[in-house]
Amino acid sequence: MSERIVVDPITRIEGHLRIEAEVKDGFITDAWSAGTMVRGLEIILKGRDPRDAWAFCERVCGVCTTMHALASVRAVEDAVGIAIPPNAELIRNIMFCVQSIHDHVVHFYHLHALDWVDVVSALKADPAEASRIAQSISHWPKSSPGYFSDLQKRLTKFVESGQLGIFANGYWGHPAYKLPPAVNLIGVAHYLEALEWQKEIVKVHTIFGGKNPHPNYLVGGVPCSINIDEANAINAERLAMVTRLLEQAQVFVEQVYIPDLLAIAPAYLDWAAIGGGVKNHLCYGDLPTNGFADVARFKFPRGAVLDRDLSRIHAVDPKDPSGVQEFIDHSWYSYSGGEGKHPWEGETTFNYTGPKPPYEHLNVEGKYSWLKTPRWKGHAMEVGPLSRMLVGYAAGHAEIKDAVTETLAALKAPPAVLFSTLGRTAARGIETRLTARWALEFHQQLLTNIRNGDSRTFTKEKWDPSTWPTIARGVGASEAPRGALAHWIVINNRKIENYQLVVPTTWNGSPRDAKGQRSPYESSLIGTPVHDPKLPLEILRTIHSFDPCLACAVHLYDDKGAKLQEFSTAPAL
Amino acid sequence: MDILTPSPSVDSRDTTTVYEQLTSRGVSRRDFLKFCGWMSACMGLGSEGVAQVALALETKKRIPVVWMHFQECTCCSESFLRSSHPIVADILLDKISLDYTETLLAASGHQAESVLHQTITKYKGEYLLCIEGSVPTAADGVYCCIGGRSAVDIIQEVAAGAKAIIAWGNCACSGCVQAAKPNPTSATPVSKIITGKPIVHVQGCPPIAEVMAGVLVHLLTFDRIPQLDALGRPKAFYSRRVHDTCYRRPNYDAGLFVESFDDENARKGYCLYKMGCRGPTTYNSCGTIRWNGGVSFPIQSGHGCIGCSESSFWDNGPFYERLGSFPGFGIETTADKIGLVVGAATVVGATGHAILTNIRKHHEIGEQPGESAAQGPSTSAGESSNQGGTQS
Repeated sequence: MSERIVVDPITRIEGHLRIEAEVKDGFITDAWSAGTMVRGLEIILKGRDPRDAWAFCERVCGVCTTMHALASVRAVEDAVGIAIPPNAELIRNIMFCVQSIHDHVVHFYHLHALDWVDVVSALKADPAEASRIAQSISHWPKSSPGYFSDLQKRLTKFVESGQLGIFANGYWGHPAYKLPPAVNLIGVAHYLEALEWQKEIVKVHTIFGGKNPHPNYLVGGVPCSINIDEANAINAERLAMVTRLLEQAQVFVEQVYIPDLLAIAPAYLDWAAIGGGVKNHLCYGDLPTNGFADVARFKFPRGAVLDRDLSRIHAVDPKDPSGVQEFIDHSWYSYSGGEGKHPWEGETTFNYTGPKPPYEHLNVEGKYSWLKTPRWKGHAMEVGPLSRMLVGYAAGHAEIKDAVTETLAALKAPPAVLFSTLGRTAARGIETRLTARWALEFHQQLLTNIRNGDSRTFTKEKWDPSTWPTIARGVGASEAPRGALAHWIVINNRKIENYQLVVPTTWNGSPRDAKGQRSPYESSLIGTPVHDPKLPLEILRTIHSFDPCLACAVHLYDDKGAKLQEFSTAPAL
Repeated sequence: MDILTPSPSVDSRDTTTVYEQLTSRGVSRRDFLKFCGWMSACMGLGSEGVAQVALALETKKRIPVVWMHFQECTCCSESFLRSSHPIVADILLDKISLDYTETLLAASGHQAESVLHQTITKYKGEYLLCIEGSVPTAADGVYCCIGGRSAVDIIQEVAAGAKAIIAWGNCACSGCVQAAKPNPTSATPVSKIITGKPIVHVQGCPPIAEVMAGVLVHLLTFDRIPQLDALGRPKAFYSRRVHDTCYRRPNYDAGLFVESFDDENARKGYCLYKMGCRGPTTYNSCGTIRWNGGVSFPIQSGHGCIGCSESSFWDNGPFYERLGSFPGFGIETTADKIGLVVGAATVVGATGHAILTNIRKHHEIGEQPGESAAQGPSTSAGESSNQGGTQS
């Protein structure tokens, strides 16, 4: 017989996610993913100055901070026809790479590692063995027996104190943990080191954007000016600091993150056959090298892969009315008519029909989430680092293909393992190697431009809204750490008339559609083994492999005048 | 007010002091004192405060902390992790015994809820409650539910046994972006829901990492909440305008303004007032502590302040429209006049401005004679809709 289990809150994510799953004979047979928080940013954006939108949108998420700001300024620039100077593109690309590297490393160590690394087991490790293993996989200097011994003493004291803080009530000792104690000890050491490291790399954002989280962006370029002969601008000292920070980031990625990934993965190769989920992948592409209009020159190629067929890339156009559409069959919204809506035509009204809190279960036959359900040409699509690597691989992008092949060779595994929980986690690492390398390339190009006398970072043309057409529509597409992200804007008489975001976690974490097609979270959980339904460790592994970000996924879309009073008459209330 | 001394009933396992724990982690006495000095400076205590900070960290016990997330974007948690001094992250992640936070907790679901329940039961009246995010009160609270319960319901339970509350960031202090017009979910700040508890408002979107750390260390060190302004913000970090501490201020006083982003004046680092800078109406430490280890702050990197530590700053825009005037000073005409007639007018303008600013500041931070002593912990301070900003 089957048993319904509920995991709420899912922790070590951004936002509020609830998973309900049916378990039968030790395996998940069905699953439902629900976003349980909503803020209503799209309504709030209506009527405002489009040049301000980036700041509102940036507050969609403080974890992938910058990504929504980037998508937003691109949407406005696309709508009114602004081409930014090359240096602005390079600085945005550097900030993009820094965000991606930071986000992926923090995800691996602080949000995902505890699904694979048993903190308590590390207490039993032989520090000399940990040292031997660490030195065999990396040149990272913090690897002596004394280093691991000291760490273990600290850890022992911490555990013996009985106050485990964030490690309290973890799943320690669960049979699904497979790593030897010495590798667990290395994992814990690097958990702590990554915590120290992560605050360094973000200083690149501080230099160009003034702060992190939430650095400043600007329609038409970037706000910082370059002047190598001035104390109050981006000068040689600032640029040298960026160089150093990017170099240190690459060292950490190459000497800590990637070796750890390759050391942990072999113990969990069974997870290369679990958690595959939907078979379609979507990527808008990003990191332009010749302006955002020249999609062919993106570092991350744009395209879609259907049914895991890597021999064919499908063209993607975010402006195609029959391409991206959103459905609300299982979402707490209502439409005035029609089924799927392209975001430019999007409309939504709150329509909460769920149980009045407190509740035990959601009615999954009806509406059960604040996330809408996006589809591309009717297909459920996965987005994220795995999708970027697969689309790049299928597109024959040399650097991506080499990086994927190299990692698969190190794991002695065929490409098929990528379609899995483990594959998602590995793809994130592969991608980070690339972005760490590219960040330095972009920075080098920036230095070259400055040396050649080009220091422009902003174009004044069309800054003044009086130069804009009365009606303008634009799309700002990007590849956030968690996947394909796009903002659609409609500007009417220099004000925002409609603004919609279709974000990575909406693609991955949304409820099923009218045809019963499951989105990636729900689909990927089916077939997942569950050793003890009371301890949802296996569910966390697969859900965390997507790196959920719920604040991002849940919005209230334009409803042409909020009908909040509908709540009082909603059937379930 | 003693809010933090642990009760005698707290387990013996809590007896390790911060200093003992740090030394057991290889932190040297010298580094420890350096940290104390830095914290002391941050809190405006001067050199005599160093010994006080050191003594406190050497002898005070750990306090259980519960960190709740409601309607937010997690930027406050992210900022907190950026604490720049080498040992701040260590102290704040372990020394305070962070018993519940959804962002980092190993456990999920029932195991997570059970940790929360255990902490608030066992340490009733002892734990520090940190809140990140606003609470949506419309529609029976269905806009934010955790574990099947509404945020409105949960916050009442966790606040009941808290010794004190820290409201992190603009969401918890003022509702932030989701409370901007028309506030579709009735996003509500903590102080409008919880009464009868001391609430410290640590403003900003997000607050500066070192300010967050500084507030916690203040609590830990002095067994009392820091002195607050009329809006519930710690005076150590929110008593000065960004404008008054801005390194570009001399340009303002001299009438040297950026006229367009990346123009010649921007490349010389002139004042961003005409680009919409909200520094003149924003109280924060950006100009002094700066961001991410003192690397920079928005104005230094070429963008005006958007006023993110002020209530209702989202509705005080558009951001690129210059302030028509700011309290106590008719800046609009003066800036233009200064720009045109550099010279004698500059001197007069600058002096007059400085005097008026100071008068205004005294009023705003509630520093009238005799007022600060009566300040004490604020229970509902700070949540008026028009505090501080251009609307007042």
